[in-house]
Amino acid sequence: MAQSLAKEFTKGLWAEIPPFRLVLGLCPTLAVTKTVENGIGMGLATTFVLVFSNLLISILRNAIPPKVRIACYIVIIATFVTIVELVMQAFTYPLFLTLGIFIPLIVVNCIVLGRAEAFASKNTPVLAVADGLGIGIGFTLSLASLGAVRELIGAGTITIWGGNPVFAVGDWYHPFSFMVEAPGAFVALGLMLACMNLIGKK
Amino acid sequence: MREMISMIVVLTLLASVSGGLLAAVKSGTEVRIEEQILQFQKAPAIESLFTDVTNDPLKERFNLETEGGTLQMFPGKLQDGSKAVAFETFGKGGYGGDIGLMVAINLDSDQLVGARVTTHAETPGLGSRAKDDLTFVSQFNNKPVDANLALKADNGSIDAISGATVTARAVTRAAILAQELYSQLKPEILKQIQ
Repeated sequence: MAQSLAKEFTKGLWAEIPPFRLVLGLCPTLAVTKTVENGIGMGLATTFVLVFSNLLISILRNAIPPKVRIACYIVIIATFVTIVELVMQAFTYPLFLTLGIFIPLIVVNCIVLGRAEAFASKNTPVLAVADGLGIGIGFTLSLASLGAVRELIGAGTITIWGGNPVFAVGDWYHPFSFMVEAPGAFVALGLMLACMNLIGKK
Repeated sequence: MREMISMIVVLTLLASVSGGLLAAVKSGTEVRIEEQILQFQKAPAIESLFTDVTNDPLKERFNLETEGGTLQMFPGKLQDGSKAVAFETFGKGGYGGDIGLMVAINLDSDQLVGARVTTHAETPGLGSRAKDDLTFVSQFNNKPVDANLALKADNGSIDAISGATVTARAVTRAAILAQELYSQLKPEILKQIQ
């Protein structure tokens, strides 16, 4: 039991890390990773939704009729996304403003629905929570690392939380602002995917 | 038949529980969200409009009922002794939805003190200049409340932002709405702040 629990948790951190291994959830990955802070915020919001929707779907897996299961999943996921949206508005308003439309769009993030359909609906609640937590943390780490690459090259700073950079390269560095624009997201993600494939190559 | 009923029952139950839960969260966070909007959206605009007021416009705010809903009013006492009021209107038809505009009007001279964009979802670098670059909104400074605040392209008096005419037009719509509201509400505003 403990072994399979650890297995379900750690698979999300490397073997099935969502944007890099499964190449899922690219819409928020490309759109919000201008800074590390945005990436972490988006990742944590998605993790919350993943954990709780996985938990609830797993508890209700025998009560949900198979024919309307997707509709049920969407209702459950949308509920948690709206809770995240309201809580972010109340407590981290500036972050809510920068993430904007991508918070409600977590509802249609294929990682969340994918875990519900492929894992939570077939496994016990404890395993489903471990799976959601692992995938969520993997997603957060991916967004944060992509955000770090883009922010460092594109703005010469690293912002972890609260809007103030914790690290700045200095005035001699001329920011390569292409990297914080939309095309830079594709280039950075492509290069990171290539690196991941190179490391994982046997 | 049994299957059909169970589908209906499960979906109905899920939707009702979800609705109830969201209503509870919404009412629990409502007050705080309003404070946050005030602090992060309205306060910066008001501070940049009322640079030399002798009172605290945020603390002395009051609500007025209009046809379109409740309107928050921020009164300001200017350095020269004249009274002004600031309130937020929304211009329809921006590139990414409605654009919020905080408009301050001098009650004694019936002139605009100025206007600042509060919320928008316009394209960064193009439409977002309506908020970030004050040269566009500073065209509203000291305009009489009966001036034609449409864009020059619409036979008005305001220069559009090059490359972002749609955004600029939505901002002027908000300003024109503010003019209309002001002329309707002026007696009530004066009553509230004597």
